[in-house]
Amino acid sequence: MQAKGTPDMLQDKDRIFTNLYGFQDFGLKGAQSRGNWDGTKALIEKGRDWIIDEMKSSGMRGRGGAGFPTGLKWSFMPKESDGRPSYLVVNADEGEPGTCKDREIMRNDPHTLIEGCLLASFAMNAHAAYIYIRGEFYHEASNLQIAIDQAYEAGLVGKNACGSGWDFDIYLHLGAGAYICGEETALIESLEGKKGQPRLKPPFPANAGLYGCPTTVNNVESIAAVPTILRRGGSWFSSFGRENNHGTKLFAISGHVEKPCTVEEAMSIPLKELIEKHCGGVRGGWDNLLAVIPGGSSVPLMPKDVCDDVLMDFDGLREVGSGLGTAAVIVMDKSTDIVYAIARLSEFYKHESCGQCTPCREGTGWMMRMMTRMVRGEATLDEIDLLWDVTKQVEGHTICALGDAAAWPIQGLIRHFRPEMERRIKEYRARIAA
Amino acid sequence: MSHVRRPAPKELQPTSFAFTPENLEKANKIIAKYPEGRQQSAVMPLLDLAQRQTEGNWVPTVAMDYIADMLEMPAIRVYEVATFYTMYNLAPVGKNFIQVCTTTPCWLRGSGDVVDTCKKELGIGVGETTEDGQFTMIEVECLGACVNAPMMQINDDYYEDLTADTTKAILDALKKGEKPKAGPQSGRKGCEPIDGPKVLKAFCGCGAAPQDADASEGDA
Repeated sequence: MQAKGTPDMLQDKDRIFTNLYGFQDFGLKGAQSRGNWDGTKALIEKGRDWIIDEMKSSGMRGRGGAGFPTGLKWSFMPKESDGRPSYLVVNADEGEPGTCKDREIMRNDPHTLIEGCLLASFAMNAHAAYIYIRGEFYHEASNLQIAIDQAYEAGLVGKNACGSGWDFDIYLHLGAGAYICGEETALIESLEGKKGQPRLKPPFPANAGLYGCPTTVNNVESIAAVPTILRRGGSWFSSFGRENNHGTKLFAISGHVEKPCTVEEAMSIPLKELIEKHCGGVRGGWDNLLAVIPGGSSVPLMPKDVCDDVLMDFDGLREVGSGLGTAAVIVMDKSTDIVYAIARLSEFYKHESCGQCTPCREGTGWMMRMMTRMVRGEATLDEIDLLWDVTKQVEGHTICALGDAAAWPIQGLIRHFRPEMERRIKEYRARIAA
Repeated sequence: MSHVRRPAPKELQPTSFAFTPENLEKANKIIAKYPEGRQQSAVMPLLDLAQRQTEGNWVPTVAMDYIADMLEMPAIRVYEVATFYTMYNLAPVGKNFIQVCTTTPCWLRGSGDVVDTCKKELGIGVGETTEDGQFTMIEVECLGACVNAPMMQINDDYYEDLTADTTKAILDALKKGEKPKAGPQSGRKGCEPIDGPKVLKAFCGCGAAPQDADASEGDA
């Protein structure tokens, strides 16, 4: 792969989330001073097809993890109602370990999201949008509700939103501590007042989602980027990043870097550049790097030699056997107990399995218990293969992707750090033999 | 969730529950957010409201029954929801409900020190409550503030960028009945780098004035 990077950082004039760090007013006045709600009515008047076409030409791929093209997703919604209403549901149930970008949008730049909801809902013939935000985000929800109230008061949403003739209502709904509700059909179940257990697909939400009505579920960042994309044009957005991986993107870099932070950058930025330019580098220098989980806990880790020149986009990370996911970069230096780091994620998935599918409910427990022993080396060498086998029996055998998400980190560990696992086992066996 | 969560034993359960007039008004506003006939959607926010109203910050079974009646849904459906979602406490907790995140991103930055400090300063183990009922401490999964790791949530507030020392300072303040300032304890405002924003300086009051830098306005 060629390590082609942009020579300079993304410029501030091309950043969508200009109040990312919350130094300015998050409210309506502050938002308007940053260009939000400017000419929204005119954008609506350009029509539904124009909006969807701009979104398609922008090359935006969903920012929630799966990376499905946003404009295409919107085009699956029925153009004419068969009597049922259509809904936009915003997935603000941010909980993928490592991920903390939507939080910043909701507490510091909530009007980008609200304006995006109006434009996206209009494009999909929806008169109502629900934002499902994780319950722990109490203050984020509070800021967002203040912003929604301001938007109603100013006539930007509600009846005849922005004077466009389009009636639009927007509601906030708080979750209560279930990671699985970040899965779109579990989120819909939860919004209907049930346990958050994913639905079988088909039918897909665009045909039968919330209350059995056509529904599109989009991530916060995807929707909040819409107003700027429409104002500046799809071609502006698609001028960043490589083919098929366009746009700007929020990256949250945590773990063993000198200065962890969240930053909006151009897609396809080299990982090394991202870490060195924005985070002051890896703790102890680049050569002290052990591994990186580049897209939230669900994607397989990458050892240092892969990190040296990998590009941060959907295709670049897929080519090296990982994924962009939510672009939550978890950095681990050489002091890290890498087996424990992954075992802790196994504990997470065990805790968050909804219990509906047997391979996941039982498999996450199996994997967690085996991983716990692997940390101490209390196993036999052939159990590494057995563990691999268990991950393969979970992966692809469940209704939703949580089973896959629980399997992949372990597969990444075995693929890249098998010698370390074997070393622990050999040491343990030598110890008990003595 | 695939671990067992059961309602508190009978001895702890009160025998009646009703929303206060103020909360009843709030409840009706919540129900109105959802289409007619879809009032079941309000079950989660109403359980939260009931928890906030109940001494000890928990949801007694009578409150679940009350909500079931209010929303015209079977009680078992409310029990299912209350036991599925971990934010509903099924037994009383301390006045300061401490939830320390120990998932990998926080662990990498020293969440172990935060847990150890809580244990030492409060004299309780994970999942326990102090004798005076002031503190309960549990470990939780990712709370979504990973660039500000390690962190803990106390009631509705996030305390971020913690060290053993700042954790102790927070606990000391709470013991004195004070409310320590929430957010990052490291001096930074939010998710910018610790030594100040490297980008968006004009928007952070630490560079050129916003109007000078905001070239994007012309494109709007």
